[in-house]
Amino acid sequence: MKNMRFTFIPFMMQRRIMILAMMLMASVATSHFSYAQAVDATPDGLVKFMVNDIMSSIRSDKEIMSGNINKVIALVDTKIVPYTDFGRTTQLAMGKNWSKATPEQQKLIVTEFKTLLIRTYAGALTQVKDQKIIFKPFRMDPADLEAVVRTSVIDKGDPVQLDYRLEKVGDGWKFYDLNVLGAWLIEAYRGQFNNQINASGIDGLIKFLQDRNIALAKAK
Amino acid sequence: MAQMVCVAVLTTCCVACVSIPEGTIPAKNDPWEGFNRNVYSFNDTLDDYVIRPITKVYEAVLPVAARNAISNVFGNVGDVFTAVNQLLQGKPGLAASDVARVMANTTFGIAGIFDVASHFGLEKHMEDFGQTFGVWGFSDGPYMVLPFLGPSNVRDTVGWAFDIKTDVLGSAITDVPVRNSVLGLRAIDQRSKFLNASSLIETAAFDRYSFVRDAYTQRRRSRILDGKLPPDEDDNYTQDPEAKTEKKLP
Repeated sequence: MKNMRFTFIPFMMQRRIMILAMMLMASVATSHFSYAQAVDATPDGLVKFMVNDIMSSIRSDKEIMSGNINKVIALVDTKIVPYTDFGRTTQLAMGKNWSKATPEQQKLIVTEFKTLLIRTYAGALTQVKDQKIIFKPFRMDPADLEAVVRTSVIDKGDPVQLDYRLEKVGDGWKFYDLNVLGAWLIEAYRGQFNNQINASGIDGLIKFLQDRNIALAKAK
Repeated sequence: MAQMVCVAVLTTCCVACVSIPEGTIPAKNDPWEGFNRNVYSFNDTLDDYVIRPITKVYEAVLPVAARNAISNVFGNVGDVFTAVNQLLQGKPGLAASDVARVMANTTFGIAGIFDVASHFGLEKHMEDFGQTFGVWGFSDGPYMVLPFLGPSNVRDTVGWAFDIKTDVLGSAITDVPVRNSVLGLRAIDQRSKFLNASSLIETAAFDRYSFVRDAYTQRRRSRILDGKLPPDEDDNYTQDPEAKTEKKLP
């Protein structure tokens, strides 16, 4: 009996160790698995995930379909913002004016410009109905740090060009520029920033953006 | 009619007299900015009080299916025109694809009411004479805002004159009231496609006039290249943005 007990305990321990080892292996395997499946691992994969995710979220929400802009803004915040680099967008749109702003001013400008763009995206997304998104063929070199993913939104018969420019950040990708109907957002904003800063300086620009965002928030 | 248009435009220009906002850096491609801003504001007012309300009524009265049918019929006629311009731009493959679209939509799509070609995977293209002239090497010329028609430039305005000369609907329909109704319907159909765009621009733009101008200029250049990036764009994108803008101007 004593002898049996002696052999039994190590057997249980052995089993526990076995189970632990298996669990550990499984967790390593799943973490590897989820790494391979990370939504932002490839530029085209990220855009596909992001677009499909937000379209299905909108379509399944009656309040959004009836035009509740604040709900769309919340959706943009959770579904799109994590995969964007608004800092890069703002910096490139400001061009040589970027270095004229202090780090504190830069931070403020990014925050305000981001708020304005989120509202603009949300405004566009309130139009989501039964549009079909076509993802154009995508190729890239594994070493590329920049990529353009092309899509076409079929709306009322006419294809609407909508392309995304992405950059590699660490292991993942983030988008920082959009092309709507042939015009890149950053390029379209360069003149806007230039003129505003020329007219009223960096502080004037910040004030302008803040006022605009407050007015837009009040309007709805 | 033409006289009325001139009077209307000039009156608003004199009454409203929109000036260039202080501090605006003159744009190289917009030497007539003062005049253009006035026409822009005229178009804007016209849109606010006439065109947009009509378009909203149109959307409220007609069900989506009917509006799509109308849109598709005009689109089908437009595809013939696009095919001609594809040929003029030396793209016989795309011209053939557009002709195939017209054949499919006219027959299976019942006189163009349904865009079956898009479902078959034949993508719709839009080409006009402005783009054709661009492909032939004509540069944009100064930016222009045309009364009623909106953003343009010298090349695209000449292109537009050719567009209306070759417009099948304009020449095939001889009965003037019918023709005007058809052309009016087409204009409303066009406007309804972009009904949401004006409020988006209002949100996004710091100054709507220059935002629309810069976006239009970019869009037309991109359309001329059929959406392909200019070969130097990717390399320059992360560099000094100013250098790139300079380079792109012809």
